[in-house]
Amino acid sequence: MPEEKPVPASADVKNKVETLKKEDKPVADKIKAGHVHMSGCTGCEVAIADNYGGLLTVLDKYVDWVYDLTLADVRHIPKMDVALVEGSICIQDKISVDEIKETREKSAVVVALGGCACYGNITRFGRGGQPNQPQHESYVPIGDIIKVDAYIPGCAPTPQLIRNVVVMAYLLLKGTKEQQELAKKYLTPLMQLADRGTEACGCDLMYHIINQGLCMGCGSCAAACPVRAITHEYGKPNVNREMCIKCGACYAQCPRSFFNFDVMNEFEGIMELIDGALK
Amino acid sequence: MGTELGKYKLCVSARSADKEILKKAQDGGIVTQLFKYALEEGIIDGAIVSGPSDEPWRPRPFVATTVDDLMKSRGTRYNISPNVSFIKEATRSYGLDRIGIVGTPCQMQAVRKGQLYPVGLRDVPDKIALAIGIFCMENFPYQSIKQLVEDHAAMKLEAVKKMEIGKGKFWVYGERGQVVQLPLKVTHNYEQPGCHVCLDYVANLADVSTGSVGSPDGWSTVFVRTKNGDDIWSKAIAAGCFETKPIEQVKPGLELVSKLANEKITKNQKTVEERAKFGVNKALRNPYISPK
Repeated sequence: MPEEKPVPASADVKNKVETLKKEDKPVADKIKAGHVHMSGCTGCEVAIADNYGGLLTVLDKYVDWVYDLTLADVRHIPKMDVALVEGSICIQDKISVDEIKETREKSAVVVALGGCACYGNITRFGRGGQPNQPQHESYVPIGDIIKVDAYIPGCAPTPQLIRNVVVMAYLLLKGTKEQQELAKKYLTPLMQLADRGTEACGCDLMYHIINQGLCMGCGSCAAACPVRAITHEYGKPNVNREMCIKCGACYAQCPRSFFNFDVMNEFEGIMELIDGALK
Repeated sequence: MGTELGKYKLCVSARSADKEILKKAQDGGIVTQLFKYALEEGIIDGAIVSGPSDEPWRPRPFVATTVDDLMKSRGTRYNISPNVSFIKEATRSYGLDRIGIVGTPCQMQAVRKGQLYPVGLRDVPDKIALAIGIFCMENFPYQSIKQLVEDHAAMKLEAVKKMEIGKGKFWVYGERGQVVQLPLKVTHNYEQPGCHVCLDYVANLADVSTGSVGSPDGWSTVFVRTKNGDDIWSKAIAAGCFETKPIEQVKPGLELVSKLANEKITKNQKTVEERAKFGVNKALRNPYISPK
């Protein structure tokens, strides 16, 4: 009989005590946030990650990242201060519908992250027939199923807008009175966009900018378009409507969709504040 | 004087020290000279400017990466050049990490909105290295300029040497030396409608803003507004790029700038308010309140 070897402590599964690994420098006042993944391409999540070092600072100082199918080992949607939802909702998929409702119940603030969650974006063109769930054919923005508090449009949304919103959301919940005021002013137009509805198209430039006598031909819409569907002909945008994916970036970027002087006039200070927060 | 001139650290009357720049400059050659200095010193890798196009007096956004490029773009063309449309492309196919951009007050607003709310401008916000704003009362569609020059001033666009708005008139100077002036009452009809809700005359959100108003002929009024603008401007002064005079010592001076700024803001504020009751219990949109 071979001699029985002593079992190393690390291999002793039966008697292993669950220990929570504590942060070296716990930060008491972090907010709880997470990423909820619906019918999207994970491009929005990659945009979060594309903040690189800035993201690490955010996680160090401001945010406990409590839920994220791709990055965190948590199976069920927990209570959160801020839920960033990527992707639209397939109404034929019960799990998606249940989970977006659960997200609403458990989150103080729900932010639609990216074109699909805000406006449907490319998933608007879905009409089923794909393997392996060909009956999944109807995709709607999350605002058609639940109340959404703020939008971060764009396909993909930019790392810098996500960064700005996250810093402002933190200031709103945990900042000084002055910082809360500023954060509220900053976030207001993104909340108004959520309030405005779930449909977007390059046509918005016609309906709500040019038809309203507001276009001054700056070119922001063409710069913002992710699919180069917008050109400028004699100083006015011309939308190739066949190419438009309905992400909403052009309208949201236009300085004549919203322009809040009380925030914009402070641009220098705000950019310093955000830079400082991420150092 | 109140908020109509925006925040600024200093205001001077200035002109480029470079005779070549002044030869074709609209006034003091401030934009060309400051971009030239920034380009040569590596402060910017290139600048989005309004360059010439294949039609006479029609500008097109153009990424200048050499001093030669900048020289081709001297002077003002009074119609729309969507410079901001190149702001992402400049960081992509042109590979600029530090962008210079010149534009009207509304385009400076677009740039700052793009930095604070970069919806579709990935990696652009941190690459704006120098934003130069130009004073602007209103702009025109290209077809308006064509009608003003060809129908009202009876000149061929190709034969025009310079256009200028000043002293209450629209001036068209021909290559052969002829000068036609149109009353602004005529040009008002042809203005771009979107300009009538604009509440900024002197590009309050630029790093440095400049225009002819307030300074003598051949000179420009310059506002240095941000820390970044101040840093670049003071280096350019130290390098001898500009001749300057205190704004208090030139005629007509800051008072006229203030007067025109207030006139524009008051008139357009009224337009914004009238839009609220444009129809019968129906309003036109107000972008300063909400995107709805």
